Amino acid sequence: MSQNILRILIADDSDTDRLILQALIKRLGHEVIEAVDGLDAVKKFGEDHPDIVLLDALMPRMDGMEAARHIKVLAGERLVPVIFLTSLSETEDLVRCLEAGGDDFLTKPYNRVIIEAKINAFDRMRRMHDTLSQQHQEISERNRQLLEEQSIARRVFDNVAHTGCLDSPNIHYHASPLSVFNGDVLFASPLPAGGMLIFLGDFTGHGLPAAIGAMPVAEIFYGMARKGFSGADVLREINQKLKLILPTGMFCCGALVEADFKLGQLRVWNGGLPEAWVIRADGDPVLLPSRHLPLGILPPEQFESVMEALQVWPGDRLLMMTDGVLEATNDHGELFGLAGVRRCLDRPGSGRHPFDAVVEGVRQFSVKTAESDDLTLVALDITDQPEVPAVQEQPPPSALAGPTEWRCEYEIRERTLGDFSPLPLLLHICLEVPGLRTRGGEIYTLLSELYNNALEHGVLQLPSEWKHSADGFGRYYSERQARLARVDGHYIRFSLHHTRKPGGGRLRVVCEDSGTGFDFRNHPLVSGQGGGDSPRYAGRGLLLLKRLSNNITFRGRGNHVEIVYDWNFSEHQGDGDDR
Amino acid sequence: MPIQTSLAEDGKTLVIRIEGRFDFSTHQAFRDSYEHADSKVTNYIVDLSDTTYLDSSALGMLLLLRDHAGGDSARISIENCNSDVRRILSISNFEQLFAIK
Repeated sequence: MSQNILRILIADDSDTDRLILQALIKRLGHEVIEAVDGLDAVKKFGEDHPDIVLLDALMPRMDGMEAARHIKVLAGERLVPVIFLTSLSETEDLVRCLEAGGDDFLTKPYNRVIIEAKINAFDRMRRMHDTLSQQHQEISERNRQLLEEQSIARRVFDNVAHTGCLDSPNIHYHASPLSVFNGDVLFASPLPAGGMLIFLGDFTGHGLPAAIGAMPVAEIFYGMARKGFSGADVLREINQKLKLILPTGMFCCGALVEADFKLGQLRVWNGGLPEAWVIRADGDPVLLPSRHLPLGILPPEQFESVMEALQVWPGDRLLMMTDGVLEATNDHGELFGLAGVRRCLDRPGSGRHPFDAVVEGVRQFSVKTAESDDLTLVALDITDQPEVPAVQEQPPPSALAGPTEWRCEYEIRERTLGDFSPLPLLLHICLEVPGLRTRGGEIYTLLSELYNNALEHGVLQLPSEWKHSADGFGRYYSERQARLARVDGHYIRFSLHHTRKPGGGRLRVVCEDSGTGFDFRNHPLVSGQGGGDSPRYAGRGLLLLKRLSNNITFRGRGNHVEIVYDWNFSEHQGDGDDR
Repeated sequence: MPIQTSLAEDGKTLVIRIEGRFDFSTHQAFRDSYEHADSKVTNYIVDLSDTTYLDSSALGMLLLLRDHAGGDSARISIENCNSDVRRILSISNFEQLFAIK
């Protein structure tokens, strides 16, 4: 019946008994190792590694119980059945045999049928144990490999998705080191014009499939943010990419925030994440709920990338989280939920940062600390002058190489005015001049001030004083959207002209638009008489242009602006800073 | 069985009922429920009256059903959700893709 040959150790000090048993077992087809007492048994066990051990209970030098204890220690993880051979029949003695690690008894005189049955039974048990421990080892090995692979993958991911400007003093975040394998991603990048772009995402599913989608999102986010694309452009690109690469049923819930600290403006898009919160300096909350389908579901032509604009002031704080926060569970099986977040934030005057309040709240609520691995939170403080760490740029090649004498004209017309921002393209052209590369921030600001002014006040005729009140702010942006649909016959034309001059170069930018212009001759800021309000160039925009450029000239009916920007090699070369 | 299917009286509406948690563990059963359905089926009702919880992989499964049922022309209604389930569906703005009653 037993097909496999076992190695069986027999220890008995009685030569006769040993001989009988040995003969019986050999006849069953097994191999026998003989020992004459306990000490001998332990020694032979160490040398020959038998599969099953038969021990006489009473032996000189070392008895069976003692030998059993040694053998079990030597066997370690292996299951080696130890069967006592005994003529003892006192219950107490039999119990002692079992306590010493024995697995069963065989009583003398021997019965061949019983011996065979017991050996077979213990062989089955032994093999089952082997299979189990082998599987267990395989599983631990797989798990170790998986963890190792994850940490390598994590390093690759980190190189693509570096922390951007997440370490800025006005950003607080919580993300587990392996959060990408829970499907959570968090990116932040400074924008060339100042300000920041932050993306928080949560892919469906866990593990590798969730992590894989994160890579292209990181590339798109950082690549486009650096080049000055708008948040809406970044969203469209991410959605299109994910729609293309993810199978149906996989998608990414996400929220994107574009923060402009100079204008005091947040633009928010939330598709499938829990409410984002803006906590005003006085503690009042504003909720920004999800208004869109998650990314990667809709085809590009149905995707809605319009961002909600919200006016903010220094002291306000933005808080975004993934659903891990809402789904934290306590030991009664209750969810933390939106109510939990509200409880944490609804304590005006506590002086606690909303971020700390929520993180602490979830920790206290959920019993399992492991759960904090599944949640990602980020908070952004609105400040006057955020210190954004400089993004490491490649060292500029020789400032003399590259194009220095060139001119170009670019005009966008009609519907394109609403669909497309020419800024990344224009910035790209300017930054081909090596000497301008370290000044990308200033150039972008100049171009975007000119462009936004031409578009919003020139073409669309939006009065900028609307933006000064909370009501007007919303009205401004809805009206902006509405008027963008009626831009027939309108255009904005940029003419860029770069020349070399001793020790540096000069960039001349002319921006013309089809609007009605404004009375620049009597404008206090243009004429240099200071103070006062005006429907166009009411405030910061014009001041910025004047401060950053060497000269600014208005022509025509005020719809033709020319600025001159001079740069020198000697100034802030190679320091990688924008200012 | 956490997922039960039945054909409505009109003979072309498949009703899929999900009991308990609608999450990744029901993936195969949910797929089987509509892939093995009668070929005359043109409309679907996902009945969530006894569904206590729904996660993002369930949202993914609903999208797979929508694809199976013809994508933009799919006729699927999601019915009788409790408030937690309803909230998850509306955070993800699934009312843009499904009739949620």
